Amino acid sequence: MTTAMNQLTLYFQFPFVRYAMIVGVLIALCSSLLGVTLVLKRFSFIGDGLSHVAFGAIAIATALNLTNSFLLVLPVTIISAILLLRTGQNTKIKGDAAIAMISVGALAIGYLIMNLFAGSSNLAGDVCATLFGSTSILTLTMTEVWLCVILSALVIAVFVLFYHKIFSVTFDEDFATATGTNAKTYNLILAVIIAVIIVLAINLVGTLLIAALVVFPAMSAMRVFKSFKSVTICSVGVSVVCAALGILISILAGTPVGSTIVAADIAGFIIFSAFGFIMRR
Amino acid sequence: MPQLSCQDLCLGYEGKAVVSDLTFGVCVGDYLCIVGENGSGKSTLMKTILKLMAPISGQVLTGDGLAANEIGYLPQQTAVQKDFPASVREVVRAGCLNRRGMRPFYNKSEKRIADDNMKKLGIDSIAKRCYRELSGGQQQRALLARALCATRKILLLDEPAAGLDPKASAEMYDLIMALNSGGTTIIMISHDIAASVKYASHILHIGSQSALFFGTKADYLGSEIGRIYAGLGGEGI
Repeated sequence: MTTAMNQLTLYFQFPFVRYAMIVGVLIALCSSLLGVTLVLKRFSFIGDGLSHVAFGAIAIATALNLTNSFLLVLPVTIISAILLLRTGQNTKIKGDAAIAMISVGALAIGYLIMNLFAGSSNLAGDVCATLFGSTSILTLTMTEVWLCVILSALVIAVFVLFYHKIFSVTFDEDFATATGTNAKTYNLILAVIIAVIIVLAINLVGTLLIAALVVFPAMSAMRVFKSFKSVTICSVGVSVVCAALGILISILAGTPVGSTIVAADIAGFIIFSAFGFIMRR
Repeated sequence: MPQLSCQDLCLGYEGKAVVSDLTFGVCVGDYLCIVGENGSGKSTLMKTILKLMAPISGQVLTGDGLAANEIGYLPQQTAVQKDFPASVREVVRAGCLNRRGMRPFYNKSEKRIADDNMKKLGIDSIAKRCYRELSGGQQQRALLARALCATRKILLLDEPAAGLDPKASAEMYDLIMALNSGGTTIIMISHDIAASVKYASHILHIGSQSALFFGTKADYLGSEIGRIYAGLGGEGI
């Protein structure tokens, strides 16, 4: 135990480890905040679909040799999020089919573009890094950390300010609209926030594993807690603890960061499920 | 002047009319039941009144001091709500949202309104319970309390007794009647013709394509369609 502590103290003297911890915890916090709403709105897979769109955008940015891929990836993801959330209402293509089409399409086109245009000699490695996150969390620059801190602060502020409206729109969109809350606006706000979180989270867990950050903490919290407020708070707590644990374990054991965090989330879900089962007896 | 009136309404989806030539009005204190077979456009009419969808032609007017967002609404339960983690208090308070404007949190008077309405409907003792674990009757009361937080003037109820056992549905109807006696205008969609005829002051009967009857209950019972429909007593309809 002491050796592990010493090792951690040693590692935390490196700024990139501290950056990884800060960014990891912030992303976990934001994704779980929105996770509850997404799960309840039956939109769990939107996170997954959007992350694939982001993968496609990253591929294009790489092919174009953009120095800051963020400038392309964020707007593209936001627009896709708006389009996807819109498909829930009165369209010929149903929501789940639309998500499947967009996500697989973006994945294929992204890989194709990477193959055709990228000059990198280690293509498989690049693709794997984008899909599973691998090392990008450990190579964050100061600017990226600040960007992440500012965007996270914005996400949290919007969520807290519109908390009750988000609740009302999630619980009963018709009632909210009928009594004068513009549900469409709030769906739009949700779409934008989700897109921002997805783009941030690509650094942490890669594009394939983002849905886990959104879904697992919310599902864990819903096993045990029964009001919207307590579920949201618990979900944030679970997510932050799992992300911190995952990062620490991955540092000590040398495992990939993204999948270790998701493994911690899965463990959390199992523990909460067992707890919920015992409580109900 | 009617509180809410519909003039020459033509309703439907994608330009295809489900029902047309609807003209009727409700005044303060009325209790209007909208009856008709499945697919006759009852729910479409309700959505149009609530401005959730636009009519193909015609208009819905509010008057007598009623603003368009002062209509309380008791919707049918959705699949999402069946496993939604929310306490009764959270659900009821959501009804106060339209009083709040841009202010992010509820103030004391709004919280009091929510508490008062829970007390009024006898659910103050279960305010902290989880909505999804309540009985059907309790859930309907919570949603009714939420609607009352939004307004005291007019309530639109979509099948308020659907899925309730006979005792709970009788209690629900009594509650609605009590609210109506207190001055709240009621517009209710119902399959339950016996209850409609028992409680309502006015009946709107929609058939395929157009309104078959609109008028007071006494006139309805005297009319041919009323005799046929009400005479069946809700059996087989």
